[in-house]
Amino acid sequence: MEKKSRRSFVKALGVSIGAAGVVGGSSILNSCTQVASTNSDTITLLTSSGELVKVDKSQLKPADLPSLSENQKRGREGLPGRKFVMVIDLSKCRNARQCMKACQNHHQLRPEQHHINVLQMQDAENTAPYYMPKPCQHCDNPPCTKVCPVNATFKREDGIVLIDNERCIGCRFCIAACPYSARVFNWFEPRDAEKYEGVTYNIEANVPQKKGTISKCLFSADRLRDGKLPSCVSACPNGVYWFGDQNEDAVTNGTTHETTSFSKLIKDNAAYTLMEELGTKPRVYYLPPKDRAFPFQGEIDQHHS
Amino acid sequence: MDKVKSPEESRKLLDKITFDLTRSIVKRDEFTNFWYFLLIIFALVGLWGWGIQIRDGLGVTGMRDYVSWGMYIANFVFFVAVSLIGFLISSALHLLKIKWSKVISRVAEQVAIAAVALAGIIIVTDMGRPDRFLNVFLHGRFASPIIWDVTVVTTYLTISVLLYYLPLIPDLALLRDKGTDDIPQWKRNIYRILALGWKGHAEQYKIVAHAMRILMILIIPVGLSIHTVTSWLFAATLRSGWDTTIFGPYFVAGAFVAGVAAVIIVMFLYRTRYGLKDYFEDYHFNMMGKLFVLVCLVYLYFNINEFLVPGYKMKTAESIHLSNLFTGKYSTMFWATQFFGLLLPITLMVNKYFRRPVPITIISVFVLIASWFKRYIIVIPTLEHPFLPVQNVPENFQHYAPTSIELMITIFSFMAALLIITVLAKMFPVITIWEYAEEKGISREIISEPKK
Repeated sequence: MEKKSRRSFVKALGVSIGAAGVVGGSSILNSCTQVASTNSDTITLLTSSGELVKVDKSQLKPADLPSLSENQKRGREGLPGRKFVMVIDLSKCRNARQCMKACQNHHQLRPEQHHINVLQMQDAENTAPYYMPKPCQHCDNPPCTKVCPVNATFKREDGIVLIDNERCIGCRFCIAACPYSARVFNWFEPRDAEKYEGVTYNIEANVPQKKGTISKCLFSADRLRDGKLPSCVSACPNGVYWFGDQNEDAVTNGTTHETTSFSKLIKDNAAYTLMEELGTKPRVYYLPPKDRAFPFQGEIDQHHS
Repeated sequence: MDKVKSPEESRKLLDKITFDLTRSIVKRDEFTNFWYFLLIIFALVGLWGWGIQIRDGLGVTGMRDYVSWGMYIANFVFFVAVSLIGFLISSALHLLKIKWSKVISRVAEQVAIAAVALAGIIIVTDMGRPDRFLNVFLHGRFASPIIWDVTVVTTYLTISVLLYYLPLIPDLALLRDKGTDDIPQWKRNIYRILALGWKGHAEQYKIVAHAMRILMILIIPVGLSIHTVTSWLFAATLRSGWDTTIFGPYFVAGAFVAGVAAVIIVMFLYRTRYGLKDYFEDYHFNMMGKLFVLVCLVYLYFNINEFLVPGYKMKTAESIHLSNLFTGKYSTMFWATQFFGLLLPITLMVNKYFRRPVPITIISVFVLIASWFKRYIIVIPTLEHPFLPVQNVPENFQHYAPTSIELMITIFSFMAALLIITVLAKMFPVITIWEYAEEKGISREIISEPKK
């Protein structure tokens, strides 16, 4: 790589690393994992999107790492005064799966592990099939946190359901309890385990993942703390996701960055929640898959209920 | 109680009873060694499998994100079920003043202790992080049915051990004082210690009787709880096939079926191996057979409720689950468990012929195997059909098939349970000697008098 272009690349990256701020929190050292020092000028780092990059050492700032216990404490409390909410516009989803990809990179997930999964749905025999992104529903009456024997998974003040994989005993009762199949388990060593070795655990991203523990969608709580939208919301190219704060009654579209009234959005579009009859009170709302200007190209899987 | 005998007659009879009932303790032949060898080898193979699982993660099992509970949980439920027989025979029947069950109560407690101890171990093998087991006590949340289960299972184990040990104390003293020389010295040393200086005073008998009565009453709610709470691990979820209100009594009824079968098998093995034909009489098998039919009928009633009612309505999610059981992938297993586990024992054992020792033991073996598969059918099919479609995952996430590691650990659990039962039978009399002697009209003074 030519020297000039490399430097500009690094500068651009410096911004994006800071912006991603994923693995640890807000600082560069925190968000990247050092893999190996190549020479005195550059250092190889792992970005939050899972890529290895070389960064000039002069670009690095000392990290302001919260300690593990501090991180776990603030991770359990959540962001004061907030009530996070997500709206998924099914009429827009074209199965681009950028959300799934971004999520798996952010949360150190194997290809078969989904915090968010785009499902091909058909409600009845003759109704139109559609794509349905399905993150954790962050229920206000969560069946999963109720059954946890050790309080490893919990509901925060701001509405997010989190998992502490430093506490989880791996009984998988929460998987059995969740009607949305939203939870995954680390059956083996997690993806890129060696790259993440020694990184301080960040409860709000559930990274590094640990073998024998549960993982789940966290609405990218670490990004929310930095005032950013969740990974999946930002990654969507089709304007499917709206994310925001119910207390402010405002949601922002991850693609267009347009902000609108949450209550008006769900009212005007006849939003619904998944399996509302179960009484779980989800914090994820769906706008019906109507007026779609593109064809459904998937194969409807017969393996569903 | 038979008519009072003369002291000489009594002493002679007591010697004979003691001789017969210590045969299991004295007897050690090649078969004993082979049996121990077999149990220990298989148990070690299972432990080796567990070692691999701890090293590589639970991924070595057939479980994945959708079917996230598999054979371990089914096996756990099975062992909890079998353990419930201790409560039925040595407490419920005792309190109802049913005499014939007295001679069986120690067998029932042996089975209960072995089963509940293994249930506790199996659940640890199912944990993703067994190293964090203590978190259950450090961070336990009483809203979780798992904590209820841990509480009642440990309580049940404690009470069962006490129910086994308390009536054993006079026996231990008796063996300490009158044990023949062919009992190994180290066993007699253990008897001396465990007998806690028992002298056979009326006051001591009174304390034991009193304590037993308290324990027998205490174990009723605890016994009912262990299997009810175990059923709630499933019934507390929203899934079709588990989301039902009769799971508590349904599990308890099923537990009695499995437990009666297990006790009959153990009784038969003791009877033939240790020459106890005069103790575990045909009469006892006959009565156990009647009890067997009764518990099977109750269980049948719950099965009809559990399957007919949702089957009549066929709600969307329920219908997928039920067709899978009735005509689908699990139909062979389902109908086999219903046939061998319920219909066959009921229809055969209403005839006296089939309540004789050999036929009833053969039936019991079938019922016990069917009981195990019944738990498999309760746990796994439900998880294969969640509410939302299973997509974007590898094929092996969609269906569950146990792996060899799971089989190894499951076989370990059986071998370890049999090992506990065997060790108990080789260490202590399998029937309460003093109680039996009293039944035969031998006075307590003679039972507790020291050897001449």
